[in-house]
Parts: sequence; C-alpha cells; structure tokens
Amino acid sequence: MNIKATLLASAVALTPAFAVAQDLTIGFSQIGSESGWRAAETTVTKQEAEKRGIDLKFADAQQKQENQIKAIRSFIAQGVDAILLAPVVATGWDEVLEEAADAEIPVVLLDRTVDAPEDLYLTAVTSDLVHEGRVAGQWLVDEMAGEPCRIVELQGTTGSSPAIDRKQGFEEGIAGAEGLEIVRSQTGDFTRSQGKVVMESFLKAEGGENICALYAHNDDMAVGAIQAIKEAGLNPGEDIKIVAIDAVPDAHLAIANGEMNATIELTPNMAGPALDALEAYLADGTAPAKWIQTESKLFTAADDNAAIYEEKKNLGY
Amino acid sequence: MPATTPSLFKRITPQLLILAVVIGLNFLVFPDFFDVSFRNGRLFGNLVDVFNRGAPVALLCIGMTLVIATKGIDLSVGAVMAIAGATAASLVTDGYGWGTALLGALATGALCGFWNGFLVAVLRIQPIVATLVLMVAGRGIAQLITEGTILTFNNEGLIRLGAGTFMGIPTPIVIWLALGTLATIGVRRTALGMLIESIGVNEASSRLAGINSRVLLICVYLASGLCAALAGVIVAADIKGADANNAGLWLELDAILAVVIGGNSLLGGRFSIVASLIGALIIQSVNSVILLSGMPPEFNLVIKALLILAILVIQSPRVAHLIYMLRASGPERLPERQRPSVQEPKEDAL
Amino acid sequence: MTTPQAPLLHASGISKFFPGAVALDEVELKLYPGEVHALLGENGAGKSTLIKCLTGAYRRDGGTITLDGEDIDAKSTAESQELGIGTVYQEVNLLPNLTVAENLFMGRQPTRLGLVNRRQMNTQAREALLGYGLDLDPGEPLNSFSVAVQQVVAIARAVALSGKVLILDEPTASLDRDEVDLLFGVIRQLKDSGLSIVFITHFLDQVFEISDRATVLRNGRVVGERLLADVTQHDVVTLMLGRQLEATVQDRKAGKPGALLLEINDLAKRGMIEPFSMNLHRGEVVGLAGLLGSGRTETANLLFGAVQADHGKMLIDGREARIANPRDAVAQGFAMCPEDRKTHGIVGDLSVRDNIILALQARQGWMRPIPRAKVHEIAEHYVKALDIRLASLDMPIRLLSGGNQQKALLARWLATEPDVLILDEPTRGIDVGAHAEIIALIERLRENGMALLVASSELEELVAYSTRVVVLRDRHQVRELTGDEITADNIVHAIAAEPEKGAA
Repeated sequence: MNIKATLLASAVALTPAFAVAQDLTIGFSQIGSESGWRAAETTVTKQEAEKRGIDLKFADAQQKQENQIKAIRSFIAQGVDAILLAPVVATGWDEVLEEAADAEIPVVLLDRTVDAPEDLYLTAVTSDLVHEGRVAGQWLVDEMAGEPCRIVELQGTTGSSPAIDRKQGFEEGIAGAEGLEIVRSQTGDFTRSQGKVVMESFLKAEGGENICALYAHNDDMAVGAIQAIKEAGLNPGEDIKIVAIDAVPDAHLAIANGEMNATIELTPNMAGPALDALEAYLADGTAPAKWIQTESKLFTAADDNAAIYEEKKNLGY
Repeated sequence: MPATTPSLFKRITPQLLILAVVIGLNFLVFPDFFDVSFRNGRLFGNLVDVFNRGAPVALLCIGMTLVIATKGIDLSVGAVMAIAGATAASLVTDGYGWGTALLGALATGALCGFWNGFLVAVLRIQPIVATLVLMVAGRGIAQLITEGTILTFNNEGLIRLGAGTFMGIPTPIVIWLALGTLATIGVRRTALGMLIESIGVNEASSRLAGINSRVLLICVYLASGLCAALAGVIVAADIKGADANNAGLWLELDAILAVVIGGNSLLGGRFSIVASLIGALIIQSVNSVILLSGMPPEFNLVIKALLILAILVIQSPRVAHLIYMLRASGPERLPERQRPSVQEPKEDAL
Repeated sequence: MTTPQAPLLHASGISKFFPGAVALDEVELKLYPGEVHALLGENGAGKSTLIKCLTGAYRRDGGTITLDGEDIDAKSTAESQELGIGTVYQEVNLLPNLTVAENLFMGRQPTRLGLVNRRQMNTQAREALLGYGLDLDPGEPLNSFSVAVQQVVAIARAVALSGKVLILDEPTASLDRDEVDLLFGVIRQLKDSGLSIVFITHFLDQVFEISDRATVLRNGRVVGERLLADVTQHDVVTLMLGRQLEATVQDRKAGKPGALLLEINDLAKRGMIEPFSMNLHRGEVVGLAGLLGSGRTETANLLFGAVQADHGKMLIDGREARIANPRDAVAQGFAMCPEDRKTHGIVGDLSVRDNIILALQARQGWMRPIPRAKVHEIAEHYVKALDIRLASLDMPIRLLSGGNQQKALLARWLATEPDVLILDEPTRGIDVGAHAEIIALIERLRENGMALLVASSELEELVAYSTRVVVLRDRHQVRELTGDEITADNIVHAIAAEPEKGAA
C-alpha cells in the first residue's frame, strides 16, 4: 500500500515536468534582497519558473560579486541548462562568463547589463529608466492638455543612475509642452520619510496652491509626499497631481483611494521575457535580440488598482 | 537652585547665538520663514517644521548626551530606531492597540540599550566597538521583523504619535520637549548628573569613591536605547510605515553632531542636555536652509558641511580664546590687560 | 674601577617644574666613562623625569648638561640619540612584528640601488648580535624571541645609534634570573668597551651586583651619591627612605587604643599579597612600611575592596564582612585616599565642591540628592577645617596644587564620617606646609577615635604618627613594631636585613 502510494505520488509530481518543459534546470544568481522591488523580482522569477515547470536553482549573493561568481561556477559544475544573472556590478564578469560559454551554457542578464563582450551572454532583459521618466512626463502633458503647470520634483538619491535617468526622461517628456515647468527639485533619497520632509518644505516655499503637480522618482517618496500634502490641508491627487515610478502596491492603493494619479511600472517580471527567450533558444537555437526592453506600463485611475494591489501585495514588495 | 539659572544661560549662550544666526540665514533665503499659521487643525509653518523635523535627532541626542558624558558613544541608535519602528508597526498590524505597540517598541529599545550597556560596562568592550555590533546587525533585525517590506499601518493612535497634534502642536514637538525637560530635571534634580559626569571624567576615581559605575553605565545606554525607540516610533508613525532600510539611517551621526555642537566634550564629563537639544535644532535649521534655498541637491552635502564646519570652528577653543582676547583688548586696553592673562592659563591647563 | 677623571656626562642643577609641583630640584648627576651608574629612589622621586630631561623627551626648566665637556641641549630623543645618548625602556620600544634585523636597522637599512638589501642587512645583524653573545636568525620576527633577547636587541640598536651613554630604564622588571644573567653579561661587556651606563631598577640586589656607583633621589632632590663598594644595602635603603631627614617627631599623646574594630585573618590575593593578618582598634594608627612593590598599596587596595581578596576573611565589630568592591567598603564605614591621586583620587574636571561631596552622595544613592545648601555647608566646613586654598569651590579640582587636592580628597572621605580611614602615601608630592598639616590631621583623627591605616614610604612620617607599624617585604608581612620599637632604624632593619631569612 505504502509503496504504491509513494510511487503514485512521485509519478504525479514528475508528470508536469516531463510534459511541459524538456526537464530544464536553470540557475538564478540574484543580488540579494536590498529592496522590496528586488524581493518581488525574486518571487516573480520563482513563479515564472514554476509556471513553466523549470527547475530553478536560486542563489542569493548578499550584495557580493564574489558570491555571484561562486554561484555561477557551481551552476556550471552542476551542468544547468541556462543561467539567469542579476549582476551586482557592471565589471569583472569576463572570466566567469567565458567559463559558462566554454560549457555552452547560455547566460541571460536581468535588470542590469555588464561591461563584457556581447557574445559572452545571450541577451539582457532590462527596463529603460529614461523611458520611464519620459512616460511620466508624457502622461502629465496629456493630463494638462495645454494648461500651464508648476511642477515640483522629488529626485532619487543624488548621483544614482535611476535619479539621473528618470530626471532626464521626464524633462524630455515635458520638453515640448507650453507652460509646464519644474519649479523646485530636491532629493528625497528614494525614502518615504525624506519624501514627506522635502514635500513639506516645497509646500511652504512655493505655497501649496501654487503647486500643480508632483513628479517623484519613486513611489515611496510619493507616498510620503501625499501625507505632507494632506497635513497641509490639501487634497493629493486633486489639488496637486501626483505621478511617480515603480508601481509598488502602495502606489496602486493610493491611486485607488484617489490620492495619486499615475505610476509607471518598473516590472519585477524580468524573468518572463528572459525565460521566453531562453526556451526559444534552447528549442531551436533562435537567437534573441541583445537587449530586451521590458514594458514601462502606465497605471492610472482608469485601471482596477484595488485588484492590482491585492495581486501585488504578496509578491514581497 | 538660584545659582543654576544664570549659569545654565551662560553655558548655552554660544549655542543660542549660533541658532539665531542659522535661523537668520533661513530668513535671508526665505523671507516668509517666520510665518506661522493655523491650518487644518495644526500649527503650520517653517519654524514649526524645524521643531517637528528636529524631533528624531533631538530625542536621540538626549540619550546620546548622557552616553557621551560617560566617555562613551552609541552608534546603534539609528538601527535601534529601525528596530523599534518595525516592532511597533508589526504589533499594530497584528491587531494590537497603539499603547501595546508603543510599549513593545520601548521595551525593544530598552533591551537594545541594555545589550550595549552590558557589552560596555560588564564585558568592558570599547563603546564604539560595542555599539557598532548593533549598528550593523540592527537593520538586519528590523528587516526580519518587517520581512523586508515597508510595513504600512493605519492605526490612528500610533499615527497620531508621529503625524498628529496635541493642542494644535505636532505631537513629536510635544514629545521631545517633554522628554528633554524630564531628562534635564531627572539628572539635575537628583545626583544622577554629577555621578554620570564623575564616571566620564575619571571612572577609576569614581569607583573608588563608591560609585556603582557598572549600573550607571548600563543605565545611560538603556536611556539611549529608550530615546532611540521613541524616535523610531515617531519616524514610523510619521510615514505610517516602518521602513527598515531607511528609518534613522545615519541619524546616529547627526545625534553625535548635535551633542558636539551643544559644546559637550566627546571625552566625557560635564554635559548639558539643553545645549544638545539646541544643537539638534541648529542641525535641523541648517537642513531647512538647504531645502528652502532651492539649490540643486548636488550642493546639499557641501552646504551642510560648510555650515557645520563654520559652527565648529567658531566653537573651537582657539577661536573662542581669540574672540575673548579681541574683546578684552577693546576700548580700555591697558587697565584690563591683566584679566585675560590670569584667566586663560586655567582653561589651558587641561 | 679606576679613579674617575672628568665625568663623561655631567648634569648639574637640573630643575623641572610641573603645574603645582617641583619634579626636579637642582639635581646633579655625574656619569664617568666606563661605569654602571644606578639611579635609585622610590616612585615619584624623580628618576624618570630626570631621564626624560637627559634624553630630551622633556625640556628642562633649569640646569646644564655636558657630554664630553660640551654643553648639550637635546630637543628630542632623536637628537640626544645622535649626540650619543641611547635609551632602552622597560617595555621594549621596538616593533614586535618586524624582524630582528629590521628592528636593528630601522631607518638606516643597508641599501642597494635604493632598495633595502635584505641579505646584507641580515648578515650584518647576525654579526652584530653575535658580538652580544646571541646567535639567532635575524630574519625572524622580534616577538618570537623572549623579552630578554628583545631587550638585548634594543640595547644593540641603542648602542649602534648612540655609542656613548646607554640608559636602561628598569630593563630587568619582567625577566627571570637566567635572563637577567644574560642581560648583565651584555652590560658588563659594554662597560668594558668604555660605554657609560645608567641603570634604573627597584631590585637592590641587582644594583649591588652590576653597578659601580649610585645616585639616590628623593622628592625630586639628590640625597646622596655613593660608590657602592663602600656602602651596604642598609645604607642605601636609609638614603632612599630618608632617615637622616631631621624632621623632629613630636611627642605623641600616648592615648590608649580603643575597642577592637577590625580583624583581618589571612587576607590574600594571589600574585599581589600573601596572607595578611592584623587587628585594628579605634583610636590607633597602623603604619604600613616597606619598599616599593613590597605590598603596601596592595594591602590597602585589598582592604578597601578595590581588588577582591581570594583568600581569608575580615571581621568588623566581630561580624564577618564581605567586601567585594569599594561600594561595599564605603557602606561598612571604610574610606581610602589612594596612592595615585591623579588617576585614582580626584575627578579632575569636576568642581572642588562636587569632589568633596562625591563619596557621601554615592553612598546616599542618586535618588537622594544632598540639598545644595547642605553641600555648600559641608564643602565650606572642610575647606575651612583643612585649610584648603582655592579661588572658588566651583573651580575644577585639577587646578588645585597637589597638597590642596589631597586635602580635598581627605574632605571627601571625612564627610562620610568613616570608622576606618586608609591613607596610601598621603604626603607624596605635596609641599612641606601641607605635609605637616596632614600629619597633624592624622594625629587629630586618631585622638577622635578613628582607626587609621597609613601606607607610606616616608619613614619619619610613619614613626611620627603610627601607634603600630607593620613591615612588608616581598609581599609578605615580616614584622610588627609597637611602642618604643617604632624607630626608623628598626623599620629599615626589618626591610633590608636578613634577606635569606625574611623573604621567600
């Protein structure tokens, strides 16, 4: 009886793997879990792998490149079919990537690229930070429909590449529009509390009624700023329009509550496109493009934010 | 008691002057700085913001002043803030009331402080190393509590501690003013202040004079942990969420700076909590200048560094001596000649 | 020893003042060529200050130093080294993790093409050390060798750099007998080669073994220079402890000691003091005599709980008392003014007022602050009673002179109205006036029924106020003198005589 049940159970467990994927094993070297977004990326990657019946070997590098290199070598030694790598830094990968190439294991970069010859990796799946800013700017231009607008901007950590690129993209987005101008721009360090503090000073320095819109480089700062606007006796989302980037669950909640107007998604689903490309490549050798850009999707009140919030809140953000 | 009031005032005069200058700077870059209105049921204005936003550092520097007075230092306060905020947030999200959450956070802070005190007083580890342990590990602990996310909550009672008002005054202001007063009275109306100073100046002598330095040392680190916990709760309540990664980040340095601007020596000994609190206000006023000036953020740190440098240079003994000499050699130079030369060697005899 | 001609190094009239104290008062030191010259004196006598003035570590405030007949005035130890005066300290001041050769040649390594020629350096080092009777691999790190070898390396370096005068500051303090022999061999060899050596140590046997001549310092003054061939250990101890000081002993009112207060039974602490027994009555002063390191301070610290005894017990008024720390001691009515006033007594930055009230307040606990008016009254009372001279009660105590600091410390303890007052070197480093006042105070306190235990290196002082004297030697209690036995002579005998019988 027992033996029979065990056999049956294992047969059931093995069936989908045989049926759907050709028994793929893929190694994933993740940077760590320094932010909610990163945690969500890990969760989504695992979900995507499970959906396709892929055996995903996960390695958390705790922000250290040497851990990532170790993980990749161990993947190579285990003879995985492919490797996903979210590189912690841009340089120093040539050697280990060559080892992977020698073992004929394709490597797909997630979320960031590296300074290495292009033939050492299959493709890179990343978002386009400048593009995200541009979408946010474009949304505001459409929203204002020709009306003038005094904008305040909450920048990310000074000198970080998301802060530089998202600022540049937004400025490009509003470049053509008459009457749209950024009147104050200050860093909120990507944090909620600094977002709130800096917004408070904006409100006082400009006068709340003279601010038409807020552009924040991430949702956390926007969520902080919303509280500052409320405490100043104004209605966020109405008196001051708010657009930010990332589309974390709390932003969807704020949009659902009418306190925020738009957010642009930095999708944690880098693995989906990456696995698609990998499966195609492994099946018949179709070489994907060297850069797969993820979609920078715009969410506004028109979407069902309450539902999205419920869906996203368990991803580990 | 009659002797203390004038001497306290004399002690904090330099800090008050600097505060006045920095506030004046605020007024220069933003003429409406002093406008205070009553809006949405609360005091509203830049000056209010300075007091409100200065609350975390003000709270931290109360405990930090005591720790530094014993020749110690507490690098862990920023991390303790994160832990306490995370504790409070996770308690309310688990359905407990705000009172329980506050007590839980304070208990966590006390535990952290006790740990530091134990390392310093019992195991005799150097304070900077002992508290570094928790500074590094603390954020990890906080992240374990929040499970890596920003733990958002909606408990009105808890939120009121950070974002609410008490008779129209933002609660954080009330809290730090109250705690500051309480702490000052606590150390000056009892013998605690003198005993703490005694340990800071010369622990060996103090021990031989019968002072229980071990218990006192643990107590000051405990106090520092409690202050940090309160600051952590306020910061979390302010944004309705516990941000384990960022809550209190680098605030330990601001707290130490506030104590130093308050004219307290890092070598321990004589201390003034009131002066440290003014130090905290000075730092926040400097932040305010930066925010109100509308300069590009690339200049933030440079401006802050320059202003702080200027403050510390003005306070340095050499410059103070120079100012003193310049004043003494004012109009009636010759007859007054003797006084500075009699008084100066005392100060230099360190 | 040949009859000396002109001294090689002649320091005369050397004075050095510290705030509130005269560290050296016109000290003269004559160092002849090819001699080993011991510099003797109790702690605080001025030995190390004198050395520092000779080597340029301190600037002297007065006096002249001639070397080979030339006036010298070194502004740093490096400069004095160049002039020919090398120094080796007790804690070897070399770099323990570098090799022997590197230490030996630090700063003057043989080079080739601008690079250190390691092989040549090692060869030279080996040869140099062979000259000292050491055959070792100079490529090994210094800390892989014993302290004695490290000392020899330090000496070799100092000799190579300087070559005229070598100052050895307690080089044997942490060496065992074989190592001392090794070191002495080296010293003799250097002496034969014409080097003059200044040797500082607390071990009298070693002084007589190796030195030709000794200069004895006390309280910053030279109290004698002797050719050691002409004198005995006894004479030297007498000089060090100052028996011939003519301070007259006032007649003690022979008050009878009162009730038994304290019984000490075999109290001991391994490595600090051997089992020690003694009774202490109200209204008596027990003096603790002995040389430095004999266990005077250790005994005082043990009684006060500053260090914890690991053996024996103590009875107060017939009841066993457990004293684990000074707090317990204070609670039991003990008080102690420690030997090192600066580091263990005063709380420098606090006001005189706070310093006076400190022990009383600590005993009351922080919850019960002594009212300001009361504090003021107590402080004023003792300032007057002990004649503490100060500008204001609010001035930091570190600005007071040594004598006034000591009186303020006495005030701190008298304010607690103790039963037992322990004084460790109560008169060290204070001026003559305060000195006499403190002795008079001890007398007065005894008459009032207090029990006092006074450790001192000043024999006349002990003789003057003690009703009993306990003599310590090598951490052992060797004698107890009472009544008419208490004379400086007897104390000196007990300290210096019969080393084979008294000491372990």
